[in-house]
Amino acid sequence: MDTEERSAGDRPLTIKTPAQISSAAPRPLSNFLKATLAVTWKDLAAEFRSRELFSAMLVFSLLVILIFNFALELDIKTRQSVTSGVLWVTFAFAGTLGLNRSMAVEKDRGCLDGLLLAPVDRAAIYFGKVISNLAFMLIVEAFVLPVYSFLYNVNLFKAGLLLVILLGSIGYTAVGTLLSSMAVQTRTRDVLLPILLFPVAVPVLIAAVKASGGFLTGDDFANILPWVNLLIVYDVIFIAIAFMVFDYVVEE
Amino acid sequence: MEPKPIALKVLDVISIILLGVATYLALVFAPTEAVMGQVQRVFYFHIGTAWVGLLGFLLAAGTGVAYLVTKDAKWDIIEVAAVEISLVFFLITIILGSIWARPVWNTWWTWDPRLTTAAITELIYIAYFMLREGIEDPDRRARFGAVYTLIGGVSAPITFMVIRLFRTIHPVIIGSGDPGAQGTFAMTGGMKVAFFFALFTFTVVFVDLFWNRIRMGNLAAKVEQLKLNVMQ
Repeated sequence: MDTEERSAGDRPLTIKTPAQISSAAPRPLSNFLKATLAVTWKDLAAEFRSRELFSAMLVFSLLVILIFNFALELDIKTRQSVTSGVLWVTFAFAGTLGLNRSMAVEKDRGCLDGLLLAPVDRAAIYFGKVISNLAFMLIVEAFVLPVYSFLYNVNLFKAGLLLVILLGSIGYTAVGTLLSSMAVQTRTRDVLLPILLFPVAVPVLIAAVKASGGFLTGDDFANILPWVNLLIVYDVIFIAIAFMVFDYVVEE
Repeated sequence: MEPKPIALKVLDVISIILLGVATYLALVFAPTEAVMGQVQRVFYFHIGTAWVGLLGFLLAAGTGVAYLVTKDAKWDIIEVAAVEISLVFFLITIILGSIWARPVWNTWWTWDPRLTTAAITELIYIAYFMLREGIEDPDRRARFGAVYTLIGGVSAPITFMVIRLFRTIHPVIIGSGDPGAQGTFAMTGGMKVAFFFALFTFTVVFVDLFWNRIRMGNLAAKVEQLKLNVMQ
């Protein structure tokens, strides 16, 4: 990991002529991958040392579940029908918290400018950020699921449900990372992200809630399949769009 | 300040006249529908405004892409005009639709694919303006706006499909049932006249508003530029 960090950090020091830069433009895939992982690693290492974001997301999601418990009177009958909804609202809210924070720390002390100065494909920065955001979200989900199972005595560890959670989180963070990097560059910052994100994330949330609900109630797989397909389609489309437009978002 | 072009002035007058005629046709000329009665007359303007909203929506997504490709500020001005007109006309469509739905479906609102998509599109547009509000640099504002309309333009149709799927899997959610079945009717000659005339009228109104709004956008850009010049 050390070599990767150094290779990403050292490069700006070597001065290149424009000709060299243009000849270096179609970089081999391994470089792209290395840059992506370097960004991810940087985020994870920073988070591992401070644990600010993770603890905030986790405590927040537990609070959301607590509030839902009293707001909806989660007795056995209602639990059946609302579990997937409660879970996804919790994930969405906690996810917004994480997405906001992950870009805000970059903006705070001009770290983003430093990242952008690195002569790597900017899409690599985007993907690095998506992977680290996804990792935070998945870790929080990995804590919330057993807690929810324990509190309400439902078995949430079903392969299908875990797949849906993974697919839904991918779609949510793919759009969320792009939009949060726009939101941090505005005056209204943190309040703006949910307003931008929720209306465009509606499809992924509906599909995820429906698919999770299907797996939890043991519905026929044929009935769940369209929702899972939709999640995959959404993920692919929005990763592709974000890949294409991320340059415009971070351009100075 | 350049004077308003004559053609635009003429178009303004034509739009007003056409709106008057369309109102007459919808409220007086068209025969009363047998089952739904007078409330059905809302339909002519409802479709007309929905059409304008859709036109603005498509234009906004298209100009967003055009801006990102060409980086020409004129596309940004066109995009804002399209989004603004679409926002207003979708709102009118929703209100007119609710007026109609109350007696016919026995509810102001159902979570039907079209209704939901229209509502979410409105929210996307509002988010779009809030995003623009928060950015001072006109260049960045245009870029972010274009990116957001592109994302919204892709997401709204997916939302439509998702909610359709939602309804085909669970057909009995709302008591009133399928909106296609509840409140359809065959158009007679007089109705067709009123309907197509309303559609034509709103297309003209759209062109007129669009033109005016683009002109206003150009003037606003000029004012902004002058302000910057004074400050320097």
